[in-house]
Amino acid sequence: MALPPVERVVGRAVLIPGDDIDTDRIIPARFLKAITFDDLAAGLFHDERFGPDGELKGHPIDLPENQGASVIVTGANFGCGSSREHAPQALKRAGFEAIIAGSFAEIFFGNATTLGMPCVAMEEDDRRDLSALLRDQPGTQVTVDVARREVRASERTYRVQIRDTAREALLTGRWDPIGELLEGMPQVRATAAALGWAQD
Amino acid sequence: MNVAKEAMEAGPRSLLDKVWASHKVRELRSGQDQLFIDTHLIHEVTSPQAFDMLAELGLEVAMPERTFGTVDHIVPTHTRIEPYEDPLADAMIKALRRNVAANDITFFDVGSGRQGIVHMVGPEQGITQPGSTIACGDSHTSTHGAFGAIAFGIGTSQVRDVLATQTIAMSKPKLRRIEVNGELRPGVYAKDVILHIIRTLGVKGGIGYAYEYAGSTIEAMNMEERMTICNMSIEGGARCGYVNPDRTTFDYLEGRPYSPKGAEWNAAVETWRAVASDPGCHYDDVVVIDAADVPPTVTWGINPGQAIAIDELVPTVEGAPESERAAIAEALAHMKLQGGAPIEGTRIDVAFFGSCTNARMSDFIEVARVLEGRRVAPGVQAIAVPGSQLVKSECERLGIDRVFKEAGFEWRDAGCSMCLAMNPDKLVGDQLCASSSNRNFKGRQGSPTGRTVLMSPVMVAAAAVTGVISDARQVFVQREGAVA
Repeated sequence: MALPPVERVVGRAVLIPGDDIDTDRIIPARFLKAITFDDLAAGLFHDERFGPDGELKGHPIDLPENQGASVIVTGANFGCGSSREHAPQALKRAGFEAIIAGSFAEIFFGNATTLGMPCVAMEEDDRRDLSALLRDQPGTQVTVDVARREVRASERTYRVQIRDTAREALLTGRWDPIGELLEGMPQVRATAAALGWAQD
Repeated sequence: MNVAKEAMEAGPRSLLDKVWASHKVRELRSGQDQLFIDTHLIHEVTSPQAFDMLAELGLEVAMPERTFGTVDHIVPTHTRIEPYEDPLADAMIKALRRNVAANDITFFDVGSGRQGIVHMVGPEQGITQPGSTIACGDSHTSTHGAFGAIAFGIGTSQVRDVLATQTIAMSKPKLRRIEVNGELRPGVYAKDVILHIIRTLGVKGGIGYAYEYAGSTIEAMNMEERMTICNMSIEGGARCGYVNPDRTTFDYLEGRPYSPKGAEWNAAVETWRAVASDPGCHYDDVVVIDAADVPPTVTWGINPGQAIAIDELVPTVEGAPESERAAIAEALAHMKLQGGAPIEGTRIDVAFFGSCTNARMSDFIEVARVLEGRRVAPGVQAIAVPGSQLVKSECERLGIDRVFKEAGFEWRDAGCSMCLAMNPDKLVGDQLCASSSNRNFKGRQGSPTGRTVLMSPVMVAAAAVTGVISDARQVFVQREGAVA
C-alpha cells in the first residue's frame, strides 16, 4: 500500500510540560466506550483541560496562542500506561502531527508511528532550551525533520533521536505495515507450519 | 519449532532469542521483523475498530482458530442483566459478539462460565503456553509471560494486523535479567516484589527491554504469583516480561482445556523445557535484588514508581533532586498527601480487590484467611471482584465468598471493574482507594480527582478493616498463622 512518505512535519508547537504523561491522561478510559475512533478528539486531555463543570482549566492546548498547533513538546516517557491506540488517534484527530519528547513509552511509540505520526526524542538540555523558547514565543513554528534527525525552531537546530526502523518506515511511506505484512503471507504460512500449527 | 536447526546455532541463547528466532517470519524493509503470533486475545475495547479496518481493506481473518475472545473491560459486575444500562457498553459487547460470530472466533462470553479478564482466561484455559508469542490489544498482556511466553500489548492497528496476517511488525527488544534471590519476609507478596522492582528501576527503566524475572524467589513462586510479577512489567516501561518455564509451569497447565493431551503433552513439555534460557546466555543488563530487602510496598503518587515501604514517609519536594521536584509536587497535590508524613494512617474511602494483577484463587484464599471474622470499617466501601467466573465459582464452592460477604465486602461478578472504571464501578470525587490493581494514574479509577494507592490484596484487606492505609503485618498479627 503506497502511503505518503513523512519526511518532516512543519507546524506551530505547544509545550505540555511534565514527564510520564500517561494514556489515561491523554484520553481517559470513559472516552474509549465507543466502537469507532471518530469522536475521540473531544476527549483529548479531557480531565486536564476541563473542570467538574466543564470550565477550561488553562491547559496549554486551549490557550489562544497555541491554537492551530500541530507539534507537541513534552517530557520523558510520554504515552506510558495502556496500549490504547485511542491516545495517538485522539491526538491525530485533534490536529497533532508530530511529538517531541524526552522519551516515549513503547506501545505508544509504535501506535503513533503506525498512524504516520513521528515521535522524536530530544535530550534534556535541548528540550529545556526549546521549552524556554516556546514560553518566550508561544506558537513558534518548528520543523520536525525526520530525514535529518533534527528539529529546527527560530534559527536553532536540535539533534533528535528516532528509532531507525520507524524513521525508515516514515521516510519510505511504509509506516502502516499492513501492506508489507500481507506480502509475506506465503512465508507466514510456512512459519506457522514449522511451529506445528495445522493449516486449513 | 525446529529443534535440530536451533541446536546447530552456536552458543547459549535466552528464551527471548529462541522464541524470536522460531517466530520471525522475515525482516521487513524498515528493519523491523515480521513476527508470527501464536495466540491472539481480543476484548471489546480495542477490537471493534480493528474489525472495521479489516472490512474496509476487504480482508478476512487469516487464522481465526488462533484468536480467542472474551469480554471484560465494560461488563458490569453488580448485575449481568442485558441490555446494559450504559448504551455505549451495550453496543460494545454486541459488536464483539457480532465480530466473533462472523469470523468463527472462539469466544468466552458471560454465559460460558469461563468469561473473565482476558489475562485470566488465557492461562485458565491452557491457551497461554510456554515458548509461544501472544498479542492482545491490552498492555497487561505481559501477564502471560509468567508461562515463558513472549507476550505483547498492541494497539488496534496491530490487532488488525494480527487478524489479517497472524503477524505484527516488531523489533526485538534488549533483555534485562532481574534476579530476585532469597526468601521473602512474612507479609511480603509478589505484588510487593514488582512494586519494589518498579520503584528501584523506575517507570522508564524498562524502555527498550524485555524483562526476564529469575532467581530463587521467582522460582519458588506459584504461577499466579509469577503472573502478578509479569503483569506489571509494562508499568516498569518494559515491552514484555517473562519467567522461564519449569515444573511449576507444567503442573499448572496439565489437564487444562487447551493444554496438549496424552503423548502430545509429553512432547510439549520437552519442547517447553528446551525453550528456557540457557545458562550463560547473553543479557544486555542484569539487576540483582535481595528478597529480604522487599518491604510491604504502597504507592503514594500518580505513577507506579512513586512507591514507598508501608512504614516509610511520603517524600518531600525539598528533599528531592531538582529534576524530580515538579513531579513530586504534582503527585502530592493530586493525592492530597503531605510530604514528610507517614502514609500509614491515611484514611481510605474505597477498598478495591480485583484486576488482572491480583484477583486469582491464591489471592482470594490468602485474603480470606486473614479476613475471616473481621469487619470492613464503617464508611468504607469494599468490593471484591474475582478476575474470572472460574475464580468466582471456585471461591463460592470453597465458601470464600461468605468470608467476604460477612466482612462487609460487596461480592461481584468477574471483570476489570474499578481498575480502569469503564463499567459502573468508579470512584466519586476525590475518594481515596486502597487498590490491588496496577495503575495509580490521575483519574484512572473513574473520577478525575480520584486517588489510588496500589498495594497487595492483603494490604487492601488491612486498609478495608481499619479504614486507613495500614501495615497488614500488624492488623492481622493476633491471628494464628496470619501474615506476620
